[in-house]
Amino acid sequence: MNAETKAPLVELKDVSIAFGGIKAVDHASIDLYPGEVVGLLGHNGAGKSTLIKVLSGAYKRDGGDIRINGEEAVINNPRDAKRYGIETIYQTLALADNVDAAANLFLGRELRTRWGTLDDVAMEAQARRVMGRLNPNFRRFKDPVKSLSGGQRQSVAIARAIHFNARILIMDEPTAALGPQETKQVGELIKQLKAEGIGIFLISHDIHDVFDLADRVAVMKNGQVVGSGPVTAMTKDEVLGMIILGKCPPGATPGPGAMAA
Amino acid sequence: MTDAAEVSTAHLLATESPIKRFFRATEIDTRLLGMVGAMLVIWVGFQIFGKLITGEGVFLTPRNLWNLLVQTSAIAVMSTGMVLIIVMRHIDLSVGSMLSFVGVLTGVAQVYWLAPWLGSDNPMIWVVGVAVALGAGAILGAFNGFLVAYAGIPSFIVTLGGLIVYNGAAWWVIRGETVAPMDSYFELIGGTPRASWIGSEASWALGGLVCLAIVVGIVLNRSARARFKFPQRPLWAEAFLILAGCAVTLGTVAVVNAYAWPPLIAERYAKEHNIPVPPGGLIYGHGFAIPVLIALGVGVAMTFLATRTRFGRYVYAIGGNPEAAELAGVNTRKITLLMFMTMGILVGISACITAARLDAASNSLGQFDELYVIAATVIGGTSLAGGVGTIYGALLGALVMQSLQSGMTLLNFDSAVKDVIVGSVLVFAVWIDQIYRRRQS
Ligand SMILES: Nc1ncnc2c1ncn2[C@@H]1O[C@H](COP(=O)(O)OP(=O)(O)O)[C@@H](O)[C@H]1O
Ligand SMILES: [Mg+2]
Repeated sequence: MNAETKAPLVELKDVSIAFGGIKAVDHASIDLYPGEVVGLLGHNGAGKSTLIKVLSGAYKRDGGDIRINGEEAVINNPRDAKRYGIETIYQTLALADNVDAAANLFLGRELRTRWGTLDDVAMEAQARRVMGRLNPNFRRFKDPVKSLSGGQRQSVAIARAIHFNARILIMDEPTAALGPQETKQVGELIKQLKAEGIGIFLISHDIHDVFDLADRVAVMKNGQVVGSGPVTAMTKDEVLGMIILGKCPPGATPGPGAMAA
Repeated sequence: MTDAAEVSTAHLLATESPIKRFFRATEIDTRLLGMVGAMLVIWVGFQIFGKLITGEGVFLTPRNLWNLLVQTSAIAVMSTGMVLIIVMRHIDLSVGSMLSFVGVLTGVAQVYWLAPWLGSDNPMIWVVGVAVALGAGAILGAFNGFLVAYAGIPSFIVTLGGLIVYNGAAWWVIRGETVAPMDSYFELIGGTPRASWIGSEASWALGGLVCLAIVVGIVLNRSARARFKFPQRPLWAEAFLILAGCAVTLGTVAVVNAYAWPPLIAERYAKEHNIPVPPGGLIYGHGFAIPVLIALGVGVAMTFLATRTRFGRYVYAIGGNPEAAELAGVNTRKITLLMFMTMGILVGISACITAARLDAASNSLGQFDELYVIAATVIGGTSLAGGVGTIYGALLGALVMQSLQSGMTLLNFDSAVKDVIVGSVLVFAVWIDQIYRRRQS
């Protein structure tokens, strides 16, 4: 890759987290450079969402380090993560169903008038602009997001992540509820954001969503990283082998989860 | 405007029935309208029933409606906080006994400490008395909130414990005695003495100000939306909202002014002020009573808090999805603590109103209030599942509850029968609401 010489934008090192007895993430290490898309792949239950939730501040890790631009980062809650420019589209979308699109978009970062009250019109105006970029047919700015379709809700979640000048974007299965047209649009969006120098973790259980967009892929299985490497050095079948069997191909760097050869 | 949203709304407007079009254009909450309708049915029902039974309908008289408003005040104040507590998926069962404890504290402070020390009728007494009530409410509420938010104990348990603890604490302070009388200025908060009625002129002036505020509010909102070229409500709908709002406001003023002072009080007042009494006697309207003004003020303030501030936005978001709010960076624990503290302050206000109205503090103050407050809130359309509820709904709910109670009292219903009916109405109202909501979705 072009930027290997610089310090990585994000470096997760030996991150572990367990729920009860289950090691959901077990000594996982991944990194991400500016302007790079890293696809994080693995079966359902492999630990992908849990790993990135450590980065986004949703979970406290049991062990391991997070470095941002080479420096130790203190991330104890989602507010800390946002301060580092980390924005996340959660798999569950994490929307407050009972309020409207603009309220969700600005949740935690509301625009206020000079008297300190909520500036709903300004928020609606910006919401219209950013939603227009993602979903030009969207009109239902006054309705609680509960009443929106799955695709519209997903658009709101994506809009929220891209609206605040993210430096690091985490997209956990961002196209799960989208149709082919909207999926393509998200693909375009990812390319555009990448060109702006944003680093993106793109998470999916489906290799086809990721392969064309990612510069590198990392594969997880049973909470461990099987291996990672540039997509140009691997075939789709080899990546599938990593996902299903945990077999690390020659083009990838093996992780702790790689099957003993 | 060429905005597509406008086009599609216009299209909808053209194809809908006139009634639907009316509600869409005015954005009036049909649920609210249903509640107002139910309340009017209750009022007219009591009026007719009273006429049949006693030969005289007294429910729809200015005097009764005025009393109804005063009696509703304390519950109404607390219901505005309970809405937001329930919206956040919590509950506060401790408000009744907290009111008792706080009322007893302010009573003891006034009668046993302040009056002997400052001399009775010192105007500082009521100020300190109110401060004690609000401060104690804030501390107790914050303590509830701390246990819920930071210790992670379910609010049902925390406040159930609080119900018992505060009740015991109130008993511990005065051992079942009655502390009386309250300070004479403090008493005005309850609405009983003459000086706590603001009179006709002031009431009209206040009504006028409210009407002005309605107009200004609608115009400002319109101009803000115009600046961003957002779709607007049709002009006729705005005009209707202004007219309806002003009609309700001025109608209320007319009613509270139509209730004249008792002749003896008017006479004494005339004598004190050397006003000659005309042959027909002197007619002074009561106008709004101070507790009613307090309740209305609290209603406005809480509506502002709920809809115009970040705090309110977070309360609703937490109620909609607590995890999402936390992930979005909302400090949900802090908001929870502050919300319970706000509830405590409202309890402090209601404690002042109740103690002042009775001109005494005793352990029976606020008994069962938690049930009435929760009932008012739920009748007012707050969903126990969280995320949904309005302040104005709770205020109306409180008025409906109180209407039932006073109506039955006027007709000399046995108190056992009253309880049976009030409880049944609560369940019935929620059932109707469920059916309505299911139809809507
Ligand atoms: N909050 C939680 N509590 C308990 N177990 C969890 C929790 N979150 C995830 N897990 C478990 O951790 C493992 C990894 O889950 P997850 O990270 O969601 O996988 P993926 O996103 O790769 O599908 C699963 O076994 C899951 O059941
Ligand atoms: Mg997942």
